Amino acid sequence: MSDTDPMLRIHDLNAYYGKSHVLRGVTMDVEKGGVTALLGRNGVGRSTTAKAIMGEVAPEGEVWFKEQNIAGLPSHRIARLGLGYVPEHRDIFPMMTVRENLLLGIKDVAHPGRWSIEDMLEMFPNLKSRADTAAGVLSGGEKQMLTICRTLMGDPELVIIDEPTEGLAPKIVVQIGELIAEIAKSGVSILLIEQKLSIALKIAQKIYVMGHGEIVYSGTPDEFRGRDDIRREWLEV
Amino acid sequence: METIVFSLLNGIIYGLLLFMLSSGLTLIFSMMGILNFAHASFYMLGAYFAYSIGSVTGFWVALFLAPVLVGVAGAAVERFGLRRLHAEGHVAELLFTFGLAYIIEEIVKIVWGKIAVPYKVPAALDFPLFELFGSQYPAYRIFMLVVSLAMLFALWYLLKRTRIGLIIQAALTHPNMVAHLGHNVQRIFMLVFAAGCALAGLAGVIGGNYLVTEPSMAFTIGPIVFVVVVVGGMGSLEGAFIASLLIGIMQTFAISVDATFSDLFGWLGLSASSELGGISIPSLAPTLPYLLLVLMLMFRPRGLMGAREF
Repeated sequence: MSDTDPMLRIHDLNAYYGKSHVLRGVTMDVEKGGVTALLGRNGVGRSTTAKAIMGEVAPEGEVWFKEQNIAGLPSHRIARLGLGYVPEHRDIFPMMTVRENLLLGIKDVAHPGRWSIEDMLEMFPNLKSRADTAAGVLSGGEKQMLTICRTLMGDPELVIIDEPTEGLAPKIVVQIGELIAEIAKSGVSILLIEQKLSIALKIAQKIYVMGHGEIVYSGTPDEFRGRDDIRREWLEV
Repeated sequence: METIVFSLLNGIIYGLLLFMLSSGLTLIFSMMGILNFAHASFYMLGAYFAYSIGSVTGFWVALFLAPVLVGVAGAAVERFGLRRLHAEGHVAELLFTFGLAYIIEEIVKIVWGKIAVPYKVPAALDFPLFELFGSQYPAYRIFMLVVSLAMLFALWYLLKRTRIGLIIQAALTHPNMVAHLGHNVQRIFMLVFAAGCALAGLAGVIGGNYLVTEPSMAFTIGPIVFVVVVVGGMGSLEGAFIASLLIGIMQTFAISVDATFSDLFGWLGLSASSELGGISIPSLAPTLPYLLLVLMLMFRPRGLMGAREF
């Protein structure tokens, strides 16, 4: 695997919910380092793409990660290969403390990753002051930060982040965007699933647009800025 | 006074024994959605294993070895039976455990015979420990109390104070998320199933010689354990604990009360001469848990502390 090879190669990925064909041959790459954004309206299959990659939805097709086709592996094995996943709806463990949530992000206590729980708490003063509080009482933005931090505790090489800014105040959205850009700078590749163009265009190096279960556009943010047609047809509500 | 103290003590011991069974059942239910009809069969296996092992090695080795063996049997049932059935839905799993309960009973009859085996309290513990109000209290019952409390503490410590316990708790409510963090949820399910069976086995080891070790013992205690789980609230360990003690104490008191309905009626100022008056309260004791079950389902279907309705 050379340095210029993509981190994740998705080729002709299909998925079904019962009889409905929700992913129709999705093909896309996530580059090493940096942020790749997957945009699209609600219900076009962006979250299903993430779930199919992560083994939560049965996939058909190929998902190459580290020279291995991971399509169809059990979720925990995919995670242990170095793929992190922050699902939509911020699945924190509400009855546990912030610290306990972070502890569960560690895959193997004998081989901790590059970040310790204390590092994380230092980086996020909001979380530090509530380290021993039940995570269920955190604000939406804090919960989002906690889910991202919890996934980072597992020392992933690539993280799929699904709709991190949904339902958050504009100021918090900016903070989350900065956090994701910073994680990417530290060498972790990111696949960002978003609806908000502003964030994606600011931090992504590559844009994919999805419609009706397929990729309908790909390009750099600069190329995308000139494509009002794509924006109108596939993104605007 | 004497009756009250002894009944309370006996009730607590019986209640803790029920908790040893119901804790595993409720954990398995909340984690996998499986109502394990065969749970009490593992309790029976614990008693029989302890009898057989104990006759070779003595009681103390059996106390440790029998629950481990029962746990291994439970792990095998999960790994090679229930896991295959998972995709077929809960009804298939329920029927599977239903069949399993009968299979275990028949195997026990074949191996150990149809009548009770002489599984006895170990001689080292077969003496009166203390005397209260002129009555002696057997040491073995206090031993049961100690083992139960040790188990209670170990379970609490494991679930609340260790990382594996936190992972188990998280997997109860967010299995997909736990898997995405790199934890093997299926293996956790198997371990919980095995541990639940081992606890039932332990209850059999310490309860089988105190009560009686016979092929019908699973079907004697099984329904009461289900009552405990429903009354406590499906999936709630705290609820199962309270319900276990409640039912344990309630049953023990009902048996020890030397009174009939006519006494009760008289006390309430009603006529003591009705036909109901001849029924003694101890004779009603076996119905009390089920009465509680029915009332609970009617008026508080989610149980004392359950998160969801049954």
